[in-house]
Amino acid sequence: MKIVALNGLLGYGYSEESLDIAFSEKVDYLGVDAGSTDPGPFYLGSGKSFTARSAVKRDLSIALPKALAHKAPFIIGTAGGAGSERHVAWVREIIEEIAKEQNLHFKLGTVLSDVSKEYVLEKLDAGKIKNMSDEMPLERAAVEESSCIVSQIGIAPIIELLGQGADVILCGRACDTAIYAAPCVYNGYDEGLAFHMAKIMECGAMCSEPVAAADVMQAYIYDDYFELRPANPIRKCTVERVAAHTLYEQTNPYLIFEPDGVCDLTNSEFEQADERTVRVRNSKFREAEVKTLKLEGVKCSGYRTICPATVYDPETIARIDEIIATVTDFVHENTHGRLPDGSYTVTFKTSGGKDSSLGIVIDVVGKTQDIADEVCALVRSRMLHCDYDGRKSTAGNLAFPFSPSDIHVGEVYEFSVFHLAEVDSLLETAKISLEEI
Amino acid sequence: MKKLIDYTKILRSKNAGPLYITFDLIFETCEEMQYVAERLTKEAVSKAYDVDESKIDIIIYAVVDSIKITFPRKNISGALSDNDIYGCQQHIPLANIEI
Repeated sequence: MKIVALNGLLGYGYSEESLDIAFSEKVDYLGVDAGSTDPGPFYLGSGKSFTARSAVKRDLSIALPKALAHKAPFIIGTAGGAGSERHVAWVREIIEEIAKEQNLHFKLGTVLSDVSKEYVLEKLDAGKIKNMSDEMPLERAAVEESSCIVSQIGIAPIIELLGQGADVILCGRACDTAIYAAPCVYNGYDEGLAFHMAKIMECGAMCSEPVAAADVMQAYIYDDYFELRPANPIRKCTVERVAAHTLYEQTNPYLIFEPDGVCDLTNSEFEQADERTVRVRNSKFREAEVKTLKLEGVKCSGYRTICPATVYDPETIARIDEIIATVTDFVHENTHGRLPDGSYTVTFKTSGGKDSSLGIVIDVVGKTQDIADEVCALVRSRMLHCDYDGRKSTAGNLAFPFSPSDIHVGEVYEFSVFHLAEVDSLLETAKISLEEI
Repeated sequence: MKKLIDYTKILRSKNAGPLYITFDLIFETCEEMQYVAERLTKEAVSKAYDVDESKIDIIIYAVVDSIKITFPRKNISGALSDNDIYGCQQHIPLANIEI
């Protein structure tokens, strides 16, 4: 069975020629990952994508008609970058636009995976929440403050929709591996091979040389092994690159943790099948007794205004801690009784300074944008003119690269939930629907 | 004395999810990997990053002559105090460890 990965992330682009090469043979399934938590909590909170709409549309408008023409179900994971209901709606609108423009008709399956605060609190009360790190235990308040929580679905909802005959499957937050493992498991292939293959495929041609997230990757799965070969003839898979890929972004290179269990690569064997193809055997899957879904939630921490600046004067750089302390005291005193306690946080993000210039970003997060603006202006002006013993550069301490010096960044989100929930069914958070487009 | 980075072909840091930071050290040869693996201690990593030794995992991945180091991020990705959302510029204290 042949599975094709469009690229490492929907909207990053790919060579159309590579896709044509991939489709010059029978393709059973096409997949693409569309999201990641790498860019941080903002996107889940804001409902926005970290990819451009036009770039996502470009990637889809070439791939969608091809997948439909070849009757290869097209699976899209973590729509819109973060996979919440809003993100799914954003990609769905793009798909509908393309369908209209190209007069395409198909069965669209959708999996939403948002969960309510009540769902998480019930799990917490029942002792069914597991911490992923001791640094972040889950407290009720963190759940209650959350503005959006999603669950990372595994293969189960995708398999359900494949069974219902979906031509296109648009997923909310999904494990990267689910996109490529689901069709294999659905067709009865070994889960160890399916998940290992999927873990490599989800990054597109990242496992090839020359490396590229923005190109098409191909996998062939058989009963006892799978093979990987990039579609683009300028690239090749090597044992070293493919094996090294399981290091990337993983806590452990031997174990891939999935909602259904763990994929163990301890005894995996890698072999150069031909110049551009790597063959992999012996990756083993162990089903977990208790199934878990990862929950990702964010809370709005306020509104941000920043002011970037540079200090070149070594005397000023040497006194920077003293200046920051003076400014902090001043701002506290100035706003005391006027702005509510705890209504803003000031962070001085510095870099360099030793034997070079010092970069500073004055970072203010306020309960409102007005508070952030006001505090940032106070910090900036006080810092600019802050005096110290023996100061010679009395005209100003900061070089501002921009006018205006202060920049509105807008709403700020932080991760509030990043935990595992023990579940009775891996479908329990999935809202599955199928419709004709 | 040589620094850790002098032995490696690739030395990188990256988030493994927003709660963890992971470091991949890839070597040209198995011998170099073993030489470093025998000398790189959790104590040294703990000092370089001010993190509890008990929270540090050092795993040898001999398939590609590499060592992986993972520990929890103190500032989780995107926290107000965080300075590196992707965690991909956190490798320098490790690179400078003397071997």
